[in-house]
Amino acid sequence: MTRLHLAVALDGTGWHPASWREPGARPAEILTARYWADLVTEAERGLLDFVTFEDTLGLQTSAFHLPDDRTDHVRGRLDAVLLAAALAPLTSHIGLVPTTNVTHTEPFHLAVGIASLDHASRGRAGWRPQITSRAADAAHFGRRTTPQLTPEDVLDSELIAARLRELFGEAGEVVEVVRRLWDSWEDDAEIRDAPTGRFIDRDKVHHIDFEGRHFRVRGPSITPRPPQGQPVVAVLAHASTPYELAAAGADVVIITPQSRADAVTRLGGFGRARQRSGRPAGERIKAFADLVVLLDAEPGRAAERKRRLDEVDGSVFGSDAAVFTGTPGELADLLLEWQEAGLDGFRLRPGVLPHDLAAITGGLVPELRRRRAFRTAYEADTLRGLLGLPRPANRHTRAGSTGPAR
Amino acid sequence: MKQIHLAAQLPGVQNTVIWSDPRAGSQIAFDSFARLARTAERGRFDFFFLSEGLRLREHKGRVHDLDVVGRPESLTVLSALSAVTTHLGLAATVNSTFNEPYEVARRLATLDHLSRGRAGWNVVTSHDAFTGENFRRGGFLDEADRYTRAAEFLQATRVLWDSWRPGDFRADAASGEFIGAGAGGFEHRGRHFDISGRFSTPPGPQGHPVIIQAGDSAEGREFAASDADVVFSRHGDLAGGRAFYRDVKRRLARYGRTHEDLKIIPSVSYVLGDTAAEAAEHAAETARAQVGPQTALMLLEAAWGRDLSGYDPDGPLPDVDPLPDGVTEGHTQFRKGREETVRRWRRIAQARGLSIRGLVTEVTARPTFVGTPRQVADAMNEFVQTDAADGFILAPHLVPDGLDDLVDQVVPLLQEMGVHRTEYTGGTLRDHLGLRPHRSTAAGHDGTAGRTEKEAS
Ligand SMILES: Cc1cc2nc3c(=O)[nH]c(=O)nc-3n(C[C@H](O)[C@H](O)[C@H](O)COP(=O)(O)O)c2cc1C
Repeated sequence: MTRLHLAVALDGTGWHPASWREPGARPAEILTARYWADLVTEAERGLLDFVTFEDTLGLQTSAFHLPDDRTDHVRGRLDAVLLAAALAPLTSHIGLVPTTNVTHTEPFHLAVGIASLDHASRGRAGWRPQITSRAADAAHFGRRTTPQLTPEDVLDSELIAARLRELFGEAGEVVEVVRRLWDSWEDDAEIRDAPTGRFIDRDKVHHIDFEGRHFRVRGPSITPRPPQGQPVVAVLAHASTPYELAAAGADVVIITPQSRADAVTRLGGFGRARQRSGRPAGERIKAFADLVVLLDAEPGRAAERKRRLDEVDGSVFGSDAAVFTGTPGELADLLLEWQEAGLDGFRLRPGVLPHDLAAITGGLVPELRRRRAFRTAYEADTLRGLLGLPRPANRHTRAGSTGPAR
Repeated sequence: MKQIHLAAQLPGVQNTVIWSDPRAGSQIAFDSFARLARTAERGRFDFFFLSEGLRLREHKGRVHDLDVVGRPESLTVLSALSAVTTHLGLAATVNSTFNEPYEVARRLATLDHLSRGRAGWNVVTSHDAFTGENFRRGGFLDEADRYTRAAEFLQATRVLWDSWRPGDFRADAASGEFIGAGAGGFEHRGRHFDISGRFSTPPGPQGHPVIIQAGDSAEGREFAASDADVVFSRHGDLAGGRAFYRDVKRRLARYGRTHEDLKIIPSVSYVLGDTAAEAAEHAAETARAQVGPQTALMLLEAAWGRDLSGYDPDGPLPDVDPLPDGVTEGHTQFRKGREETVRRWRRIAQARGLSIRGLVTEVTARPTFVGTPRQVADAMNEFVQTDAADGFILAPHLVPDGLDDLVDQVVPLLQEMGVHRTEYTGGTLRDHLGLRPHRSTAAGHDGTAGRTEKEAS
């Protein structure tokens, strides 16, 4: 059986909006390093492939397209790249994948930030580029406007995608620039050749001279090529336009199926985008599915817990991804069944932290292992290694070399 | 007696860093940063500092290849360092031209949280179009606007840090209130920035991270006096240091600030020996390693703005005139005009009978303390007690072990003299520097101040 890849998506006190009010939750600590260190080391004890850190430019909101004025949900957060970096020295194998905004942030800053995370973690960095569709976020910068979505837009993911096409197009350019900057230093550019007094071989450090529809960047990067060559780019995609972004630029695509049949449909949609992208078929893209999970060992307990949380919150919690309640064994059944649709792994979003993370590492993982569907030890030191993705050759080396790829 | 403030810098891309030494390690591996930071913490330093450069330097149209090249993004590394240090302050250089206040404010607030109050920010004003080519916004900023943008940038950042009042972050499960109503609401309207909304990150333990300034022009000094907690200067000789110190501290009163509100720490280096003669010999070797023949010619060409590859580095200065357009990009020291630099260099070379290499060695050297550990400790103390400085930022020649001898041999002497702490007495960088909380946080909030206050433009 092919083994599953497993990631967890960490955010605040968990994905259920009432999670912070659960006994055992540590809401007052979400701005401390210790809180996140406890979560990530727990995930690493479970031998998970990677953790992702959510981020938004503005204050969190429960409305998709607008800020809200709620005071009863988790609000306030840290910059995800810096958070991931603070956890790098405290961990040794797990991948660290921060989310960043690409609509307002400079691509150059993003490229050197993620490359630096890869250096600090010795090859465990990933990156989840994300557009911001909130007009309010643009006012935090005051330089440009983004489309003001209407309530009708947000009801339908294809409608949103159409409205945000331009922003996704620009995001594609950002990913391209970032990847070119990572390649702007060849791996062996640093020569330290004392006889000639040269620290680098300048022929191996390249301007990228990117000129897109939205901006230009000259390069090269200020940061030498990161240990993985290209850190792992993961794109969460709900519909056709984001599929195109993932197909053109991602190493991992994360989809949000509601059922096994829906996973088949979505993977088909992504596969077509992939073909249209013209990207070489040899470049593997790993497909993950997102699931919100509430797990308890006793049957029926998790569903009951969710009902109680919903009651505290005053509304029934749903998400862009399917919400699973059940036992670790039931979740293992579901994951293995959905896997057959062509998925390589899952990114689980714990409903309540640390409860549902502990149920993943202490319940689900042993269960999958019993079924020989999950690793028993970390088999690689880098995130690419864990995901079975090769370290890509540098585009300049590739173009310039006549010999076999190194 | 005044206490000496000490900071350590992992030097970036200067020719003063010796990479050809067999003891030289990686300038990019995280271990190098961790090693140097831990050494600084062992020496009870106030903070660890990283500089910034957002474009590789170029010479005659090609990437400069003689000095150390390649560095990580400062805040990312400092964040990682927060996990392997406990008291040491962590200061990053972040320019106010190719960034936005919202992003910088949230990244610095994040570092302040993750480090439990140890964040510092060196606000620099890089403006050049050469660097701008790496950014969407390009290099549009006029030199004259650098400090007006920097000052307004900092002002906007402070509005963001003050947008959460004490008590706004509640996480109170009993009452069901996570935040206070309207927390993080802000508005800043000015010439360079017109921004409003909700700020995502409550302020860290320091409220406002420590603000550092490193410019030397009159505008730079004024900016330091009005807004900075620490000034880095290049004035590492006694007379120059005292004049700079007097000038900058004199400006403080204008802003209702006292002498203690601003610390002046020049960037210096040091060379130690068992005897004065041995130290002098090490210093000469160090200088030879820092300025090889290629480096000497390269810097000469940078100043002259033309190709001088036919000249002998061990011979006299060229008698041709400098060209106005230049062949080097990204070297800040030639920003103020080549003609004047060349005139000054000619004067120095003539007066002291220096070759090209001798001159370049002379003019690029950092102020350096040379001597036995006792002599260096005494000299540092004299600087501080006679108001030529409040302390030093030490940039070692060697990465990552270059600070070991100072921490092992000089710091104990300073501690014996009672001018340097033997243990940290506070937890935050502000504590180490003896700074009061920043005014707008110290004053507390009466529920109206700082939130949606309109800023005059
Ligand atoms: C000790 C010192 C360190 C500096 N470090 C940096 C740096 O890391 N990055 C940068 O862009 N500028 C750096 N600068 C440049 C200054 O921030 C400033 O832009 C420059 O000195 C010109 O300003 P002025 O005209 O006020 O002197 C440094 C300056 C000094 C004196």
